[in-house]
Amino acid sequence: MAIPNKPLGEIKAVRDPEVEEREVDILIVGGGMAACGTAFEIKKWAGDKKILLVDKAALERSGAVAQGLSAINTYIGENTPDDYVRMVRNDLMGIVREDLIFDLGCHVDDSVYLFEEWGLPIWKMSEEGKKLDGKKGQKMGTLKGGAKPVRTGKWQIMINGESYKRIVAEAAKLALGDENILERVFIVRLLLDANEENRIAGAVGFSVRENKVYIIKCNTCMVACGGAVNIYQPRSVGEGKGRAWYPIWNAGSTYTMCMEVGAELSMMENRFTPSRYKDGYGPVGAWFLLFKAKTLNGLGEGYVGSDAAKAELQKYAPYGTAAITPTCLRNHLMLFEMKEGRGPIMMDTITALKELGGKIDKKEFKALESEAWENFLDMTCGQANLWCGTNTEPDKKNSEVMPTEPYLLGSHSGCCGLWTSGPDFDWVPDAYKIRYKGKVYNRMTTVNGLFTSGDGVGCSGHKFSSGSHAEGRIAAKAMAKFVRDNADFKPALKQSAQELVDIVYKPVRTFLDNCAYTTAIDINPNYLKPAGMTYRLMKATHEYGAGTATYYMTTNKNLEIVMDMLQMMREDCEKLAAGDLHELMRCWEIFHRIWTVESHLRHIQFRKETRYPGFYYQADYPGQDDANWFCFVNSKYDPKANTWDIFKKEYIKIIPD
Amino acid sequence: MPSFVIAEKCDGCKGGDKTACMYICPNDLMVLDPNAMKAYNQEPDQCWECFSCVKICPTQAIEVRGYADFVPLGSSIIPMLGTEDVMWTCKFRNGTIKRFKFPIRTTPEGGANAYPSLQGKDLDSELLSTEEADGRQLPKPIATV
Repeated sequence: MAIPNKPLGEIKAVRDPEVEEREVDILIVGGGMAACGTAFEIKKWAGDKKILLVDKAALERSGAVAQGLSAINTYIGENTPDDYVRMVRNDLMGIVREDLIFDLGCHVDDSVYLFEEWGLPIWKMSEEGKKLDGKKGQKMGTLKGGAKPVRTGKWQIMINGESYKRIVAEAAKLALGDENILERVFIVRLLLDANEENRIAGAVGFSVRENKVYIIKCNTCMVACGGAVNIYQPRSVGEGKGRAWYPIWNAGSTYTMCMEVGAELSMMENRFTPSRYKDGYGPVGAWFLLFKAKTLNGLGEGYVGSDAAKAELQKYAPYGTAAITPTCLRNHLMLFEMKEGRGPIMMDTITALKELGGKIDKKEFKALESEAWENFLDMTCGQANLWCGTNTEPDKKNSEVMPTEPYLLGSHSGCCGLWTSGPDFDWVPDAYKIRYKGKVYNRMTTVNGLFTSGDGVGCSGHKFSSGSHAEGRIAAKAMAKFVRDNADFKPALKQSAQELVDIVYKPVRTFLDNCAYTTAIDINPNYLKPAGMTYRLMKATHEYGAGTATYYMTTNKNLEIVMDMLQMMREDCEKLAAGDLHELMRCWEIFHRIWTVESHLRHIQFRKETRYPGFYYQADYPGQDDANWFCFVNSKYDPKANTWDIFKKEYIKIIPD
Repeated sequence: MPSFVIAEKCDGCKGGDKTACMYICPNDLMVLDPNAMKAYNQEPDQCWECFSCVKICPTQAIEVRGYADFVPLGSSIIPMLGTEDVMWTCKFRNGTIKRFKFPIRTTPEGGANAYPSLQGKDLDSELLSTEEADGRQLPKPIATV
């Protein structure tokens, strides 16, 4: 029996959507932790201004924290921002923006205090030195009042974080007002001013719930739409490819939209390939830090402490020999074992729990087991199900650990993103300040009036959820200042409303013009569906762009090949087709991904050394070359000339060793 | 691990003001078939298994089946989200069942203090609004190079 063809998705796209035009003072693009920070802070400084937040999803569960988290990874507490800078600098192999990191370290705890006040359960230490969960720990008082959190490392604190994002989003919504929030609207392009060079003037996007294009003019704008996922072929290629480590809906929109209007990018060569429990990608941090588990190679050897490993780390001194081994080098050691035929790498949960169990009573052991499961259930439910499906009880069966496919981000143990201004303090080098009409605006990009935060800000990783929220607040205040100082600005767009609709809805028109030509809706010589283009991108990066296929290795020749392929992909993006609004979203996401990946590989091509062994290897330039490459790499796309510029930028050390 | 909708239990949220799973899915996967008045996951291989739809469904019609490419059949992970706690029931392939209860928030829903009346004073300082209200002084680097 024939099944009638129909476009996937229930909301069919039409040729001519409705158009809604708006004009606001401050536009916030994104809805994750950073944007929620901005939403909370902005009215305190710009209460009389028109503000709009636009989120691709629903604020309650959008962004990287949608599922929840089991820890807050940045809480300064008894430490100093100076030491925070040292930790981040060492983890990222020396080249970071110390002004941005120090600044974040000064504000991050204030956001953590707010989370606790809003209702996030934070674990506390009792007077007897016992761990109390977030509910029982309330009797110890608040962090702000001096209560002691439960540390798993120097910087992390434990939480009961299933509803983390819901709580943070609730405060953001209450602060900004529902009437100033548009959900399920995907902003796809930023718009420059028609009269003034290099000046933001608005953005355009569309609703994924009705056929409607939004054209929004603004005085200033912040873009914080997370990092980039689904850009390299994942290790699982069937249903399991949804189980990305970072949120699968992060499409590189932050980087692409900002670079398209000429904003300078920095350290786009940096990437993150976290080592996680294989396939389920559950967190390993608590297993290392809280349960003191060790990883073993396939021969059962604790390879991390071996003489060979120490000798290898010595090559990357001072980073490799620091008290905490940088994330990329931990991967490097793991990959070395795997390549030498001493895989797989196993997390020795059995020994860890046995050793802990020997020191505590039965009741405490039960609590420990519960902690281990909560670690997954709070933030990676799928890993819990993988353990259940494979009958894995961690005290009886060890689990395999594996480095994942590459991700691009600026808030976790990675630091790619936009080049932004630091704060206006006298200890901040002038080269780190970006001015507009003589004034410095913290976290402003090199495009006047365009700000970013969270994954968007480059050269300053290890912000995580709390730091991203605090950074969104920092940007909020700077935007309020920008609007006050430039109150007479009248945004004027270069394109007419019709021209913008034609750009945004092009994939719909391509589909409608051609879909009747073939009998199967997805196969047509005149267009490509976004799913097909996604596979093409993933295959190319996987094979040539230092994906898992080559143990993260690439070469000059491989990069040349993949750059040619990306050029054709960009050309073929002109023929993307969408039959429904969900597919239209996917078309724009793949467009954003392709541009982001291209900048990543362009940067790898430029940096003639291997700065981050374990994250990627440039086989033509193995090892670090401090004499020539102890600097940032920045790039800039010129939207007028359609050309790229890529160049070195001086690294300035601020905090002494 | 794609979410799936149990046909018998889903009523399309016809009594509500919105289809809950469609409202919440961060990746726009859950959609309502308006003829059948049943929801379904339109792109299972893009499911992050964040369980947002499972947790929000008012009729407990949504569950998750492990990814076909690496999870053997027979297990399940089922959350019951309350106002203060979440209860998890984890069923192993071999029948073992583990139950866990974790706190999720310490304040009533809707009660987050958004500081609606707080107005910042000095827009030119680097202090955030609540830091300014607390009279905080920002630290400087202890030493610089």
